[in-house]
Amino acid sequence: MFAYYMQLAFRGLRRNRVLTSLMILAIAVGIGASMTTLTVMHILSGDPLPGRSGQLFYPQVDADPDHKDSQDPLDMMDFHSAFDLWSAHRADRQALIGHADMRVTAPSANLPALKLLVLATTADFFPMFEVPFQYGHGWSAADDTARNRVVVISDDLNRKLFGGADSVGRILRLRGSDMTIIGVLKPWRPSPLFYSVAGGRYVDGDSSDFYSKPEDVMMPFSSGLDVAKNEFELFTCWHMPDLNAPQQDSPCAWVSLWVQLNDVAKVDAYRHFVADYAAQQMSLGRFNHAGNTRMRNLMQWLDFNHVVPSDVKLETWLAFSFLVICLFNTVGLLLVKFLHRGGEIGVRRALGATRSAVFVQCLAEASVIGLLGGFAGWLLTLLGLWIVRRQPAAYADLVHLDLSMFLTTFAAAIAATLIAGLLPAFRASRVAPALQLKTL
Amino acid sequence: MDIAPIFSALRRHRLATMLIAMEIALACAVLCNACFLIACRLQQMHIHSGVDETSLAQIKLDCEDCNEVDLNARVLSALRQVPGVQAVSVINAVPFGEHAGTAGISLDPAGLKHGGVVDFYAAGPGSFEALGLHLIAGPPPAADDYRGMAEFVPSDASVWVTRALATHLWQGADPLGKEFWMDKFHFRVAGVIEHLARPGGGEGGPDTREWSVYVPALPGKHLSGNYLLRAQPAELGRVLRDARAAAIKAAPEAVLDQQQSRTLPDLRSGYFAQDVAMTGILVGVIAALLLVTALGIVGLASFWVAQRRRQIGVRRALGATRGDILRYFQTENFLIVSMGVAIGMVLAYGLNIWLMLAYELPRLPVYYLPIGVAVLWLLGQLAVLAPAQRAAAVPPVVATRGE
Repeated sequence: MFAYYMQLAFRGLRRNRVLTSLMILAIAVGIGASMTTLTVMHILSGDPLPGRSGQLFYPQVDADPDHKDSQDPLDMMDFHSAFDLWSAHRADRQALIGHADMRVTAPSANLPALKLLVLATTADFFPMFEVPFQYGHGWSAADDTARNRVVVISDDLNRKLFGGADSVGRILRLRGSDMTIIGVLKPWRPSPLFYSVAGGRYVDGDSSDFYSKPEDVMMPFSSGLDVAKNEFELFTCWHMPDLNAPQQDSPCAWVSLWVQLNDVAKVDAYRHFVADYAAQQMSLGRFNHAGNTRMRNLMQWLDFNHVVPSDVKLETWLAFSFLVICLFNTVGLLLVKFLHRGGEIGVRRALGATRSAVFVQCLAEASVIGLLGGFAGWLLTLLGLWIVRRQPAAYADLVHLDLSMFLTTFAAAIAATLIAGLLPAFRASRVAPALQLKTL
Repeated sequence: MDIAPIFSALRRHRLATMLIAMEIALACAVLCNACFLIACRLQQMHIHSGVDETSLAQIKLDCEDCNEVDLNARVLSALRQVPGVQAVSVINAVPFGEHAGTAGISLDPAGLKHGGVVDFYAAGPGSFEALGLHLIAGPPPAADDYRGMAEFVPSDASVWVTRALATHLWQGADPLGKEFWMDKFHFRVAGVIEHLARPGGGEGGPDTREWSVYVPALPGKHLSGNYLLRAQPAELGRVLRDARAAAIKAAPEAVLDQQQSRTLPDLRSGYFAQDVAMTGILVGVIAALLLVTALGIVGLASFWVAQRRRQIGVRRALGATRGDILRYFQTENFLIVSMGVAIGMVLAYGLNIWLMLAYELPRLPVYYLPIGVAVLWLLGQLAVLAPAQRAAAVPPVVATRGE
């Protein structure tokens, strides 16, 4: 029976071509707009480390003397707090994060110097964040301690400087210091660049920079201190830093710490550890308040920083209100289309078709329109995503339609038309046979 | 024209009428708010930077272990030799570039009365004139106002603040001679500038966009590597190209910042590229929205015309002119759209209140509503025109045929 309804539905499409194509167009435009923005949302709000993110935490203590316990602590920590927490090694894994701009050259490649943002971190960074290697490997805890001059570089930089060859053992010059390459990453593009996210509450929703590419050069934090000296990027300072004193002692926040905690008991223990550390620092006189500690997990930290740009959220709302308008349009047109066939429905009812049979037949026709609208909507989604990729946003290159969103497009189109078809189909099934037959 | 028959006809198609009216109501709400969003973006993009943008360019060098005094001397003299350059000076930042001197200030030496987070332009001799800043109070900086700096600004200096910042800090009191502090640094206001936008957006949103302080400073270790060029607007592109080459030649050990070494108009369009893209998307949505609404009206009107062919024929046979029939459908459309926009105006305000809460948008100005209403009325009339003309073309003889 269903196959017969589908056959009728396709036949019905041809009967009122203008009306049918108007409906398909409306569905397609609505679905195209909403699926484009939904795909962008899906990509930007996704979990950068599925399966692992629940075990990753971002501890914070507050060394700012002007702060109160009632405020949120600064988004990064001062060097001493971060280093103390890190060197206690109370977590399963822990990594310090700092950034510095450096002039980078490769003596063996004849290319002009590059200015790159270099990531200074510690050995656990690579296993903790599941960073994939193409050649070589990350450095060890021993390299951190020995302040060894080693670096790991990105696939991009390896292509640029060494044509993609295995460059392990080659030399990279950072700020005039020679560093040995010990590892080259595979193409790696976490979305967002979660371990660098901070300060989201100050950017006024303009957070697309959180989706930029990972740093091209990564080096041990300890040797970073030797090479970059006082040139690490600061998050903020509560007093004017003395530019001539070591940056480690500056009254500034510029280091973050990520820890991996594999079970709930460890999470609780680490929370206590962070609180105890703050209390101890207060008793030592380094902090003047100690109640202000936080430890959010990865997704909570991303939420706190509102990583999804507000423009993208606005676009999504806009697209969905647009879809609703398209649906109202479709309800109206379907109603017109079904009731136009009042005579035919009257004959079917008079010949014994039940109301539910008429109802199902109408819905079958609606779903066929949904399918065609979904197909056209999919083409429009591809067009929409192409437009998004041409936008000047850091996330532009991340945007693509994966299989799940491809299927969602069709499911959404059919679901939308079925919902839109409910009311018209109900009305059509209520057609009184006698009245219609009289007018034939 | 008597609208009573139209109403009774619409009452027989209550559901379809209501659906199309709701579609128009939603379209009205989205249309008004989307237009308002566009207007807000355009307003932000037309921010007055306060400097002669079309005559200015920036050269930015990154140099880690250069001798800064020597670097400034070498680059300044090389840039001055570029033909067409009217002025070169050292500056820490330019509007629409990277921010360099962002800090919180206070109105008392103890740092208890917070004045907000402002941007300091530490700038060398000649920069005040080169920027083309417009003074509204006080004298321009004199030669001895330029002080050496051991940190990112001089520790005790006369400064020129913008009118926006002066109003924020001293609410209408004469700002000349007023003092403020940043940690142990002390500043005294010597003049007020009409406009000077900070390099990037302020922390407090659009209201803080002009919280800038101009600090005269002498180039040296902590003020080096970033240069302001001034040239004739027509020559600026060529001058910048030559200047970039000259700077690389003069300081081979430094890295030229490709992104930041641009003309101010280029930096400005780069700064607003995202807003331009968003505006484009909003315009696209509005166009698609109007199209879909028009298609809905066309579809419904066509159906009604087809359905009523016989009645139209009867009316024609009874003496109605083509114009009567045309006007009937036009009036009907006008009534439906009017119902839609009446609901739509309420929805538009509801949507705006939600946007105000979620995105800190200002209130929708009232005049957007009549404009939105007029656009939808016009759209409705355009959409119904073709079906109505088809209706008007129905010959009276149809009345005699049993269709």
